Order: sequence, then C-alpha cells, then structure tokens
Amino acid sequence: MASHSAETPNRRDFIVIAAQAFAGVGAAVALWPFIHQMNPDASTQALASIEVDLAPVKPGQAITVSWRGKPIFIRNRTPEEVQAATKVPLNDLKDQSARNDLLPERTPASDVNRTKRGKENWLVLIGICTHLGCIPKGQSMNDQKGDFGGWFCPCHGSHYDTAGRIRLGPAPQNLHVPPYEFQTDTMIKIG
Amino acid sequence: MASHESSYRPTSRFTKWIDDRLPLPRMMHGQFVDFPTPRNLNYLWTTGGLLTFFLVIQIVTGIVLAMHYVPSAHDAFNSVEHIRRDVNYGWLIRNIHAVGASFFFLAAYIHIARGLYYGSYKAPREILWILGVVIFLLMMATAFMGYSLPWGQMSFWAVTVITNLFSSVDAVIPGLGTRIVEWLWGGYAVSGTTLNRFYALHYLLPFVIAGVVGLHIWALHVVGQNNPTGLDIKSPSDAVPMAPFAIMKDLFGLSVFVLVFAWFVFFMPDYLGHADNYIEANPLSTPPHIVPEWYFLPYYAILRAIPDKLLGVIAMFSSILLLIFVPWLDTSRIRSTKYRPVYKIFFWLFIFTVVALGYLGAKPAEGVYVQWARVFTAYYFLHLLVVLPIVGVMETGRPLPNSITEAVLKKGSAAPKTR
Repeated sequence: MASHSAETPNRRDFIVIAAQAFAGVGAAVALWPFIHQMNPDASTQALASIEVDLAPVKPGQAITVSWRGKPIFIRNRTPEEVQAATKVPLNDLKDQSARNDLLPERTPASDVNRTKRGKENWLVLIGICTHLGCIPKGQSMNDQKGDFGGWFCPCHGSHYDTAGRIRLGPAPQNLHVPPYEFQTDTMIKIG
Repeated sequence: MASHESSYRPTSRFTKWIDDRLPLPRMMHGQFVDFPTPRNLNYLWTTGGLLTFFLVIQIVTGIVLAMHYVPSAHDAFNSVEHIRRDVNYGWLIRNIHAVGASFFFLAAYIHIARGLYYGSYKAPREILWILGVVIFLLMMATAFMGYSLPWGQMSFWAVTVITNLFSSVDAVIPGLGTRIVEWLWGGYAVSGTTLNRFYALHYLLPFVIAGVVGLHIWALHVVGQNNPTGLDIKSPSDAVPMAPFAIMKDLFGLSVFVLVFAWFVFFMPDYLGHADNYIEANPLSTPPHIVPEWYFLPYYAILRAIPDKLLGVIAMFSSILLLIFVPWLDTSRIRSTKYRPVYKIFFWLFIFTVVALGYLGAKPAEGVYVQWARVFTAYYFLHLLVVLPIVGVMETGRPLPNSITEAVLKKGSAAPKTR
C-alpha cells in the first residue's frame, strides 16, 4: 500500500485526505460557538457606563459604587494622604505600571498618573485585589487600612498605599484605575 | 477481565437464554461474587466500597435537591432556605448532601493514604492509581461548584478567589488570564450567569465521576487487589471469594462509618461549614476571613505560602498533579511500607505535613503561620520529589513473607475458611 501510494496518488487517496480534512476543520469550527457562548453576553457588555456625583464626599471620606458588577472605590484624599503617595520613590514600588486603563501599560506608577490633573485629591479605583479578587478593607472609617494607610486585603494579606499601589503581600499589580472623566467639577462618568 | 474462571452456572432456561445473549449476570457473578480477594485485607480496604456508597448517596440526594433548588442569583439563597424549612424532609436531604460531601472527602483521603502506605500505585497498578487521581480532581471540581450553589458569602468569595487563580496566566501572557476568567464568569465579575453554569456542571460531573469509577474498578479487577503484605495472590489459599467475605467486611466498615456520618447529619450539620455562608452573597463586601471547606485547606495553605501569585498557583496545582507520577517517583522494589522501616518514618512525616498544612490553611495568612506553611510546603514537595526516589534506592527492607497465607498464619490468627 505504502509503495503504491508513493508512486501516484489516486482518487481514493484524495477522498481519504479530503474527508479527513473536512471532518477535522468542521469539528473545530462547530466547537467555537459552544466555547464562545460562555463569554460575556451582549446584555452584560451593554452595562457600559455610570455617572457618580462626588459633591457629598468630604475630604477623608470614601464611597463605593458598582460598575459592571465590580466595586469602584472613590476616595477624597486628605492633603496628607496625597503627600504620602507623591513622596514615595518609584523604585520602592512592587508594580511599576500606573495600571490606568486610559494610559499605556508602561506609564510609571506615580501618583499623578493614577489621578486627574488638578483633581489629585480624588482617587478612583477598581476595588478588587489584584491577587485573587477579594475586596480590600479601607473604605469605611474604622476599617483596617494596612501598613501604608491605603487598603488592606484580608484574604491573603496584601497592603496598598494611599494611591492604591501594592506595597506588601502576594498581589502582583496596583489596584486598577478604571476609565473615567470629570463631567463637571463634582461629577464623574465611569466607563 | 481478571484471569479467573467464573463459577457462574445458569440454572433456569430463562437465565441460560440471557447468558447466551448478554452474559451480564455471569460477569457480575465473576467480578463481585467469586472474585478472588486477598484473605488478609484490613479495614482500610473497606474505603473503596464506602466511596462508591457515598457517590450514590450524593447523586440520589443531589437529584432530589435539584427538584427544589433555583439556580439564579436572586433566588438561590432563598431556595436553599426553602429546602431546609418548607420542603418535606428537605432538611434531612440537604444535610445528607452537605455533610456527605465532607465524608466523601474523608473517605477519599483515607483511601489515598492507604494506597500510598501499601504501595498500591506500584506496577502493575499505575493506571488504576492514575484513574484514582483523575477521580480526585473531578471530585474537587464538583465539590467546588456545588459549594457555590447556596450563594452565601463564602460561596461567592470562594468562586471569586478560585476562578481568579486563572488570572495568574496574565503574568505569562498579559491579558490572556483576564480573558479566561471572564470566559469562566460570563461577565466582568462573578454573577448569576456564573452560578447558572456552575449548576449545570455540578449536575454533570458526578456522572463523569461514575464513569471513571467504572474504569477504576475495571482496572482493579484486571490486576487484582493489593493487600497489607503487598504480595501477589500466588495460590488459592491466599484468597477468599469476594462474597461473602469481603462484602460483609465492607458492610461492617460502612455501618461504623455511617454511624459517625449520621451523628453529623442529625446533630451538627453545620459544624463542618462556615457561619458566613448563611449571609446572602454580597459582591461589594468580602468577609474578613475567608477559608475554603476543610478538605481544600492543605492546598490553600500551599497557595498562600508562596509570595508570588503565579508560582503559588503552580505550586498548588502541582501538589496534586505530582501524585500522577508517584508510581515512577517511588523507586523501591518493596510495595508495602510495612516492610520498609526507613520509609515508614518519612511516610508518617508526610501525613503529618498534610495535616499541618490543613491546620495552617485555616489560620490567617500572616506571621508565624505563613512561615510554618512554607516549611511544610517545602517538605511536601521534598517528600515526593526527593525522599521517595532516594529512600527507595538506599533502604534495606525487612524480609518479606513467602506468601499471603504464610503472613496470615504466622501471626497465629485463625485462618478464614477457604474453598
């Protein structure tokens, strides 16, 4: 058989190869809808943006809102907290990226790159620990805020500073900054 | 299957008619009635039957619960309370199912430890052992998805933390891990969509387990059972027929185990769970101290012991997957640890390590707990990767008896009746 087919491929060889290729490609293509159906559906993707009024949030206070099913931390930082965040040398940071969804990944993780110019007191973060997805503590007044005065994740002990940057613990990245813009002086639109 | 002749003789015309067409009674008789069983099996060998029993119990109670449970983020929590309070005997069936999961794992751990002690993974039982590891992994997936269904705080955050393990892939290929996690969730966070698919899979996987258990039993009946001496059956006097000897011993062991099980079901059904799971899931607040169910604690401790996210996840998965290679990591020519004085010490150290990791996994991830978790994690891997191959080569074993019969009679115990 081997010597025969080495000489001249005949009609039967063609049919065998064509049938196998058809079945193989067909099976692979048919599999895709069954995999893709598990991805976020149209109605989930449609929940794109929310508007948040910041007027009631006094300095030192923080609020949590929900965006795309995720908690968003909004903290009106005191001047001391801003100062504590700006004077950290960038080399002390575990994650050097600003993790700001509106800026390129390689943007340094300085405090200004994680806030809006002229609005440095407002820190807006996705409140999900970048380790395994718990919600860090530190939003309410009597929460444990960790060794760096920002947030502390109780699940596996990650400490974030007052700019939401990972300083100690297993989390690999800074808390992410969602895409948002100031609509007015006291109103932001997230998403 | 096994290399023994079935003594099955169809007596009536009807059974003979069946036997000529589908010899199922012949197979059942050959495999589960007069199948040769080593005469020296101890009570640790009753865990196999026990595990089969618990698989059936979980499937039966699970199907009943599915008739009353509502898999939606809005109704799931209340429907479980509805089962506990309103459905006739719902409290009983739900408790059997919840406590049953724990006891299923307890029996599995005893079963695995027995296999490790008596070298039941050694040739020719490698495939039998690997099928066991596959069943164990399927059990873990099933238990994890089942735990999400009551939709309490612990359910929700267990799902969040465990699915997020896959986001560690981001450290290798940025973005891919996040894509995988969103694919698992069907959204940008754990939601009712996630609950719904977990429910579908939680219903499916037990039947997959049942299928692999079938292969596991098949492989067992091809090579025959191991026994405390680790010797093969060499003569008819080494074995007794499975029925009634092994079957009755299984039933007695099962009765004792089920007594303890019943104590938990009736008197402390929530003892093995967490109070936080009676608070409905809240995506905006993580409980201060989240821990998995007790049977996952050793792996959780390994995950937390390693300060790097990706390496922690790799260590956790490899701690289980390494078991697949145990048949080749163990270089000893002696099967049973009974005749391995040096390895025996390391074996108990390994058991202590797993229990210690379980204890540490329940503690907060800070200070001395993390330090000790690192020590025991190190030994866990050292044991499998270094101790097992090296001790097998270096050690001089104790002299083996010539046969199972000799081992039994030398001890002076009365010989069971043989054929």
